[in-house]
Amino acid sequence: MKPFHYARAGTPEDAARAGAVAGAKFIAGGTNLLDLMKLQVETPEQIVDISRLDLNQVEETEDGGLRIGALVPNADLAAHPLVRQRYEALSRALLAGASGQLRNKASTGGNLLQRTRCYYFYETGDACNKRSPGSGCAARDGFNRIHAVLGASEACIATHPSDMAVAMRMLDATVATQLPDGDRRRLSIGDFYRLPGDTPHIENALRPGELITHIELPAPPPGRQLYRKVRDRASYAFALVSVAAAIAVEEGRIASAKLAFGGLAHMPWRDGAIEEALVGQAPSDALFATASDTLLRDARGYGHNDFKIPLARRVLIATLKELTA
Amino acid sequence: MQFRINGQTYAAEVDVRTSLLDLAREHLGLTGSKKGCDHGQCGACTMLVNGRRINSCLTLAVMHQDDEITTIEGLGAPGALNPLQAAFVKHDGFQCGYCTPGQICSATGMLDELAKGWPSHVTADLESVTFTDAEIQERMSGNLCRCSAYPNIVEAIREAAESQHLAEAAE
Repeated sequence: MKPFHYARAGTPEDAARAGAVAGAKFIAGGTNLLDLMKLQVETPEQIVDISRLDLNQVEETEDGGLRIGALVPNADLAAHPLVRQRYEALSRALLAGASGQLRNKASTGGNLLQRTRCYYFYETGDACNKRSPGSGCAARDGFNRIHAVLGASEACIATHPSDMAVAMRMLDATVATQLPDGDRRRLSIGDFYRLPGDTPHIENALRPGELITHIELPAPPPGRQLYRKVRDRASYAFALVSVAAAIAVEEGRIASAKLAFGGLAHMPWRDGAIEEALVGQAPSDALFATASDTLLRDARGYGHNDFKIPLARRVLIATLKELTA
Repeated sequence: MQFRINGQTYAAEVDVRTSLLDLAREHLGLTGSKKGCDHGQCGACTMLVNGRRINSCLTLAVMHQDDEITTIEGLGAPGALNPLQAAFVKHDGFQCGYCTPGQICSATGMLDELAKGWPSHVTADLESVTFTDAEIQERMSGNLCRCSAYPNIVEAIREAAESQHLAEAAE
């Protein structure tokens, strides 16, 4: 690990100011950052410890939603009574990720900022435009079993690894931040993440020093929720394909549909066209086939990951059947 | 820097890069916690920080100066094994033993999570957690055993939990 300076921040405002210095990184749980620092994929010069900031509460909001402190550990969020009762997809997504030890340490904000598990991003001897902009992408013609089939670019075919973020996207979460100049802002999770384009090293809309302080959820969507994850092991493995869904059926027709997907793209994937195609219709095999055609209309495999296209189709159809049965 | 480990206070001057695991093993002579992968994948380094199980390889010692840390040395000792340690011996919950301190620290934290009613990936109803082998297996998936003593580890944990009435608490 490269040497760095360490400082503990006392307030979010202090943290944002300290984090705005070139080469600075925040550390909360540290479970992803330290892993990457040991491999020198990440080489911060300044570590700003935000783990003692007072950002670890889950509070109800006036509009029936939740305001989740960025430092709430994944385990606590998954087990929170209001999350279990009202946001089952979020609880399920968190519980489908990582291990008990990691969920105890990893924070809500840090989970959103996880880096990809692309093998070539981790291997500093290989070309990777995300780790080393302009060096190329070894994954396109390499082992790309875990890689993206939607929204990828010439420069990068990495996927976002988070389960939690998929549920957050389905639930229309908002990311609240503290800026170094004292301002705060709020970003929808759809605007927070970026597709790789030709700048895959820029993964989100955060500015230098900008600190995630909270994640806000609106009131829960109508209907039943689930999180379905397909992976290579029964436990403790990243998603090959996952879906977070909330579907309401009224009088034999789909009244509301919210769907987000993991394992398919550089960010948790959401496609309004699928939801539009479903709402107002009676559940049927033909309708679900149309929805999966819509999801995968621009899908492209790179060899080892071709299987994700039929897998995503089956996962979506199974999810829709389960939630409309 | 000052640390509280197993009820004792330790002072050590270490580089800020030092992991909590390396602090214990290399600087304080607490070699019970093991380094397997050093990347949070194997669980051999599991410690309890303020009662919660974590991978001590994936955290900086400097971040834990105000915490109560427990390692395997704090759970029991030869001649004074705690119920989980005794159950691992009785049920042959290991072969080479390298993963065992992490397994036992992890099981300690896991049983506490179960007693608090925390759900897991295999919990059918998030509001109602039951104590089953499937729950033990899922909740212990962050601890690998290359000797594959898994069936005996599950038996040991089940028996220790039952002896502590933790199983009933989670019914």
